[in-house]
Amino acid sequence: MNDQPRDADDPIEPAAPQHASGPPDSGQAPTIVHAPEVTEVQVAAPAAPTDDRQVEVEDPWGSAFRRIMGGNLVMAVLAIITSLIVGGILIAATDERVQETSGYFFARPGDMLAAVWDAVGGAYWALFQGSVLNVSRADAGFAQLIKPLTDTLNFATPLIAAGLGVAIAFRVGLFNIGGRGQMLWAAAAAGWVGFSFTLPPVLHVLVAIAVGIVAGAIWGGIAGAFKAYTGAHEVIVTIMLNFVALWFITWMLRTPGLLQNPGSNNPISPAMPPSAVLPSIFGPPFILHWGFVLSVLAVVFCSWLINRSNLGFQFRAVGYNANAALNAGMDVKRITVLAMVFAGGFMGLAGAQQVTGAVTTGFTSGIDAGIGFDAITVALLGGSTPWGTFFAGLLFGAFKAGGFRMQAAEGVPIDIILVVQSMIVLFIAAPPLVRAMFGLPQPGRKSRRQVRDEAKIAAAAQQKGAQS
Amino acid sequence: MTAQQTTSAHGTTVETVELERAVVKHWKAPISYAVLTLVALVLLVVLGRDGSATLRLASGGDFFAIPDAVLPARATGVVVVVLLAALTALSFWAVATVRRLGAWLPIVFGVLFVVGFLTWAGAGSMIPIAGLLFATVGLSVPLIFGAMGGVLSERAGVVNIAIEAQLLGGAFTGAVVASATGSTIVGVVAAMLASVLVSMVLAVFAIRYFVEQVIVGVVLNVLVAGLTNFLYSSLLTDNPALNSPARLPKLPIPVLESIPLLGPALFKQSIIVYAMYIIVPLIAWGLFKTTWGLRLRAIGEHPLAADTVGIKVNRLRFWNVALAGAVAGLGGAYFTLDSNGSFTREMTAGLGYIALAAVIFGQWHPVKATAAALLFGFASALQQTLGAIGSPVPSEFMLMLPYVITLLAVAGFIGQSRAPAASGKPYVKQ
Amino acid sequence: MTLEHPTLALRGITKRFGALTANDHIDLEVRAGEIHCLLGENGAGKSTLMNVLYGLYQADEGEIVLDGEVQRFAGPGDAMRAGIGMVHQHFMLIPVFTVAENVLLGHERALGGLGGAREKVREISQRFGFHIDPDARIEDLPVGVQQRVEIIKALSQDAKVLVFDEPTAVLTPQETDELMAIMQQLRDEGTAIVFITHKLREVRAIADRITVIRLGKVVGEASPDSSSTELASMMVGRPVELTVQKQPPVLTDNRLQVSNLTVLDAIGQKVVNDVSFTVQGGEVLCIAGVQGNGQTELTEAILGLQHRATGSIDLNGNELLGDSVREVLDAGVGFVPEDRKVDGLVGEYSIAENLMLDRYRGEPFVRGGTIDRAARDDFAREKLSAFDIRAQSIETPVGTLSGGNQQKVVLARELGRPLALFVASQPTRGLDVGSIEFVHSQIIATRDAGIPVIVVSTELDEVVGLADRIAVMYRGGIVGIVPADTSRDTLGLMMAGERPAGLRTADPVKGAAA
Repeated sequence: MNDQPRDADDPIEPAAPQHASGPPDSGQAPTIVHAPEVTEVQVAAPAAPTDDRQVEVEDPWGSAFRRIMGGNLVMAVLAIITSLIVGGILIAATDERVQETSGYFFARPGDMLAAVWDAVGGAYWALFQGSVLNVSRADAGFAQLIKPLTDTLNFATPLIAAGLGVAIAFRVGLFNIGGRGQMLWAAAAAGWVGFSFTLPPVLHVLVAIAVGIVAGAIWGGIAGAFKAYTGAHEVIVTIMLNFVALWFITWMLRTPGLLQNPGSNNPISPAMPPSAVLPSIFGPPFILHWGFVLSVLAVVFCSWLINRSNLGFQFRAVGYNANAALNAGMDVKRITVLAMVFAGGFMGLAGAQQVTGAVTTGFTSGIDAGIGFDAITVALLGGSTPWGTFFAGLLFGAFKAGGFRMQAAEGVPIDIILVVQSMIVLFIAAPPLVRAMFGLPQPGRKSRRQVRDEAKIAAAAQQKGAQS
Repeated sequence: MTAQQTTSAHGTTVETVELERAVVKHWKAPISYAVLTLVALVLLVVLGRDGSATLRLASGGDFFAIPDAVLPARATGVVVVVLLAALTALSFWAVATVRRLGAWLPIVFGVLFVVGFLTWAGAGSMIPIAGLLFATVGLSVPLIFGAMGGVLSERAGVVNIAIEAQLLGGAFTGAVVASATGSTIVGVVAAMLASVLVSMVLAVFAIRYFVEQVIVGVVLNVLVAGLTNFLYSSLLTDNPALNSPARLPKLPIPVLESIPLLGPALFKQSIIVYAMYIIVPLIAWGLFKTTWGLRLRAIGEHPLAADTVGIKVNRLRFWNVALAGAVAGLGGAYFTLDSNGSFTREMTAGLGYIALAAVIFGQWHPVKATAAALLFGFASALQQTLGAIGSPVPSEFMLMLPYVITLLAVAGFIGQSRAPAASGKPYVKQ
Repeated sequence: MTLEHPTLALRGITKRFGALTANDHIDLEVRAGEIHCLLGENGAGKSTLMNVLYGLYQADEGEIVLDGEVQRFAGPGDAMRAGIGMVHQHFMLIPVFTVAENVLLGHERALGGLGGAREKVREISQRFGFHIDPDARIEDLPVGVQQRVEIIKALSQDAKVLVFDEPTAVLTPQETDELMAIMQQLRDEGTAIVFITHKLREVRAIADRITVIRLGKVVGEASPDSSSTELASMMVGRPVELTVQKQPPVLTDNRLQVSNLTVLDAIGQKVVNDVSFTVQGGEVLCIAGVQGNGQTELTEAILGLQHRATGSIDLNGNELLGDSVREVLDAGVGFVPEDRKVDGLVGEYSIAENLMLDRYRGEPFVRGGTIDRAARDDFAREKLSAFDIRAQSIETPVGTLSGGNQQKVVLARELGRPLALFVASQPTRGLDVGSIEFVHSQIIATRDAGIPVIVVSTELDEVVGLADRIAVMYRGGIVGIVPADTSRDTLGLMMAGERPAGLRTADPVKGAAA
C-alpha cells in the first residue's frame, strides 16, 4: 500500500487514517500506549503526501477490489433502486398504451401517467408475485402462496455457486470470465456420468456432481496455468477457453457415441436417469431441489476457505500484493493455479446442478444459460464475499423467477432483467455516481470547516512533535 | 564488452558500458513450428487422403481465367510436410546460432500449411478459392472495424472488452434508424453514434470513476445484449417495418473488380468496406506519424509523463475512446446494413471477442491487427466452405481456431504480445 | 551575477492533503544565476512544493511569482510555458519512444515536428557536450543518459527556472560530479536553479543559497559554509548523531559463503557477474554501490527469487541456490526487501496478518489448515510493543502506517523467528531520522547476536556507519571488499568501477579490525 493521500472520492479509506478513532469493530482495548514524547506519528503525518506521485503505477486491480468489497449495503440498495427505476422507464417507454397516450399527453396527461403506472406497476407487481409471494393465489393454499419464494431459491442455486467461482478468483486478483466454459465441461462430465452409469440413487447424483466439479476445476486450472506459467492475461485466456469449450462440447453433443442422445439427430444429450437427478426438497408442487443445500454448503466452505484457512490467507495476500506474497515464500504460481481450480470447481458445481437439477431431460450446449456471466454480476454485487455472493444470488434468482412471470403475465420481455442486473453492477462499482444522483455527501470530500478544524489539530500535533 | 565514450563539457569521460551478456535462446518459435509440422505429418500423410483437390482460382468476369489447380492430395501432403520440416529445421538452426530470420518464415510456413490443409480437406472435391476469399473479406469486415476500435482505445490506455457491445449496439441502432428514416447513410451514422455512446459509458466509468475497465467492458456487453434483446422483443417483433432497412448497395469498382482471384473479393463491395480500406491505413499513419498519434500513445504508455508536458490525459483518453467507438460502430452497421439486412437477437455472436483477440494477436498495431482479423475471417470462411463440400474436419474445430491461435499468442508461443504499458490503469490526478 | 529581483518567488505556499499540511506557508526566492538548494528530510514537503510550482498540485494558499508577475498554473503546461522546467526524480520519459519523440511530446507545433525535435536535441547536446542520438529509444539508454534527456527536455522549452528533484539518487559519484558541472554551466548562463536534495555533501559542494524545510515549514536559511552537523540538526530539528554506536565485532561460526554467483536477466545480461564473498556471524557486510549495479539481483538470488542464477550460496553448509523462497526462509534467512510497500508488506492486511505473512504454514499460527487467530494476535501484540510500532491496534491496515512504522513491522516479522542470516536491502530508504536510528540499532543488535548480516545501501553514510567490511558493487561485479575505515574518495572511485592502487582488502577472519 502507499501512504500517499488517497483519492478524495475513495469511499473506503478516507484521508488521514492516522487521525481516525479506533476501528468500530475492534473488540479489544487499545494495547498501544501513546507515550507523550512520541515523535514518530507526528513526524510521519506530513510525510505522507510528499512521496513521488506514483499513483498510476499502483496496481489498479487492487484498488478496484478494495472499492468493490468496500461497497456497503446502502450503496447496494441505492444501486438496486436506481436500476429498477431505469428498468421502469424502459418498460414504460416500450409499452403500447403509454405510447398511445403520450400522443395526447398535453391534452390529458392523466391518461399517460395512468398508463405508465399500469405498465411499470403491473410489471414489478408481477415480478414480486413471481419471486416472493403469489398473493393472487393466496386462496389456493399456503403452498401456492410461497411457491414463488422457493422458485427464487431454485434459480438462485446455480447463481450462488457460480458467483462463488467469480468471487474467489477476484480475491486472488483474477477475473474469472470463464464461467461458461467451466460450466459446460462440468455439465458434460456430470451428464455423462449421469446417463452412462448405473449407480444407487443418492450415490449416483453425488458422484455425477463430484465429477462435474472436478471437470470444471480442471478447465479453470488450465486457465490458471496459462496465467501462472506464461503470464497471459486471465481475462483473455478465460474468454478464449469459453469458446473452445463451447465448440468442443457442441461437437461432442452432435457426435454419436460421445454425448449425443442415441437416435437423435440434434445436438442434445440423453435424459438423466432418476437416480442422477437431485430430488425436490419439499416434493411437488415445489421444484426446489437439494442443489440449493449444496450451494449453501459451498458458501460455508468458501467462507472458511477465504477467511479462516491458511490457503485463503495466501489467496488474499497474492490478490492484494503478489510481490509481497512472493517475498514471503508463497508460491504465487501455484496459488494462481489453485485459485482458478477452486473457481472452476464452484463453477463446476453450478454446471452440475444445471444437469442434475434444472434441465434433466437432456442438455444442449446452451446448458450454461448465461449463468457464467450472471455470476460476474452476482459476485460484484456481493462484494466478492461468500455471504455477499449468497444474498446477491438470491436477489438475482428472484429477478429470474419473477422475470418469467412478468413476461408471461405482462408481456415484458425477460431480457429487462439482464439490463437491470448489469446496471446494478455498474452503479455498485461507481459509488460516487450513485451518491451524486441521490445528493449524498461524498466521503473524503469534507466541508471547509471540517478541513480547517482538522488542519488545526494536525498543526497542533506537529508542534508537539517538534517540541519534544 | 562494448563501450561508448561520452565526453562531457568538462572533458571528463564517462563510460557507459553495457553489461556482459550471456546468450539466451528462445526455443518457443521452433518448438511451435515443430509441433505444427508434426500435426501436418499426421493429418496430411499418416491420415492422408486419396484423390485430388481442385482449387478453382477463377471466377466469372475476370480479365483472364486462371486454370484450376488440380493437386493430388497425398503427394501434395508429402511435399508440404517436407517443406515444413525444412523450415522448422531452419528455425532451430537460426536460434542455435543466434541468427535472426525475417518475417517471411512464419508467412511462408503459414501459406504452405494452409495449402497442404486445403488439398487434404478438399481431396476429391472442388474448392472455390475466389469464393473463399470473398467470404473471408465479408466475415473480416466487422472484425477489422472492431479491432481498430480496440487498438485505438487500448493504445490510449483504456482496455476495451466492450467491442462486442459496440458492434451489437451499432447493428441494432443502424437497423432501426435506417428503417425509420429510409436512409442507409443516416443508419450508418446512427450506428456510429450508438457505438460512441457505449464507448462513452465505458470511458466515463473507467476514467471518471476509476471502475476496473474489464468489469465495465464485460458488464457493458451484458447490458447492451439485454437492452437490444429487450427492445427487439418489445418493439421490433411487433413492428417489422422498424427492422427492414434498405441495404447498402454493392458498388463494384470498374476494372479493379475484374482482377482475377482478388477482384471480386476486394472491389465488389459496399461503401463501408471501401471506408475500411481508407480507415485502416489512416489509423496506422495517424498513430505513428502525427501529433495525435504521439499523444495517444503517450497517454497509453506513461500518462504521468504526458501530464508533465501539459497533455490533458483524461480528456484525451475520453475522446479517443469515443473515436474508437465510432470506428467500431461502422462494424456494427455492416451487420445490419450490408451483410444481413435486418437485426436478430445477439447477432454479433461473440465476434467482438474475436476482434479483441485480433487486437492482441496483432500486437496492438492497426495493420497487424487487420492481418489477424483477416486470418480469423479466413478460418470462418474456410469452415463454411468445407462444411459445404463435406469436410473431414468437424466444423467446430475450425470455429475454435481463432481462439486457440489467440491462446497460443497470449501464451507467447506465437509472436510477442506487449500491451501498452498503462492500458487498463486509470490515471488519478491529485 | 546575482540580479536585483528574484526570477522566481514562492509566497506563503500552503498545500494540504486532508488533515495533513504538507506545505505550510512556505516562502522561497530564486534568482537568475544562482543555485538554490532546498534541503529537507524525506517527507519534509520538498517534492510537494515543487509539484505545486510545476502545476501538478494546486496550492490551497499562496502565490507563485515569476519575474514579478503572479502566475496561475492549472497544469504543468502552464508552468512550462511560463518558463519553469523540471528534471524529475522519476524520469518522465516514455520508454518506448525515442529521445526526439520524448522531447517533441506536448510541444509538437512549437518544435515543428519530429525533424525540429531532432535538431533541438542535437543543438542542446552540442552545447553541453552530450553525445545523444535523437533516434535512440529511451529504454535502451543507461540511466545517466536518460537523465540528460530529461535535462534536454526542460532546456528545449527555454526554461528560466530549472528544478532538479533529487537528481543524484541514481548516479555514480562521477556522474554526480558531471551533473553538478552541468548545473554550474546552466547557472553561469543565467538560469535560476532549484536543487532539491537531502544529501548534505552535495548541498555544501554546489549551493549558493540553502533553504531548509522541516515538517512542511521553512526553518531558515543556512550558509553554504555550514558544517554537515549544523545542516543535519537544522534539517531534523535536534542534534543528530551522524555515527552509529557499536562495539567491535565478535565473530561466530555462522557463515554465509557466496561463490561465483552469476545472475542473468531476461535478455541475458549478467546483472550479477561472478560474485564471491563470505559473511561471518557477528559482522555486518555492507554492499555499497550506485543503485542498479546488481545489488537488488544479488539479494534476490540469496532469497531464491532469481531463477537464472549459477554458482553457490552456502549457508552453514546448506546450499541455498536452487531452493525456493519458502525453503530459503525456512533455512533461517531474514530478509528486508528494498521496497517495503511493494515487496515487504500487504498494505490491505492488518499489522497482525503482516506479522505472520511468511509463517503461514504449521505452528505456531496455523493448526489443521486454519489460522489460529489467538496465537497470531498474541504475537502481534508482543511485537507491537517490542518494536514500538505506533498504531491504533493490531487490526490497523499496514498501508495506513507511516513509512517508519511499516519498516518496523517488516523488521519485527523478519527478526521474529530464529535466524541464521539477515539480509537488509536499503533498510532506511525514505525514512525519517528517528526511524533510521531505530533500524540501525536493530541491525547492530542482530549482528551482536552472532548472526551474519548483509546490508545493501546506496547511502555512503549508512554504509560507513554500519559496516564491519564493505563490498563495493559495480556493473554486477564486486570491485573489492575493503575495511570499514576506507576513505570515501576510495569508495567513490570503487563505485565507479575503479580499483585504486594499494587498495587494502578485508577478509572475514581478520574482520574489520584489520
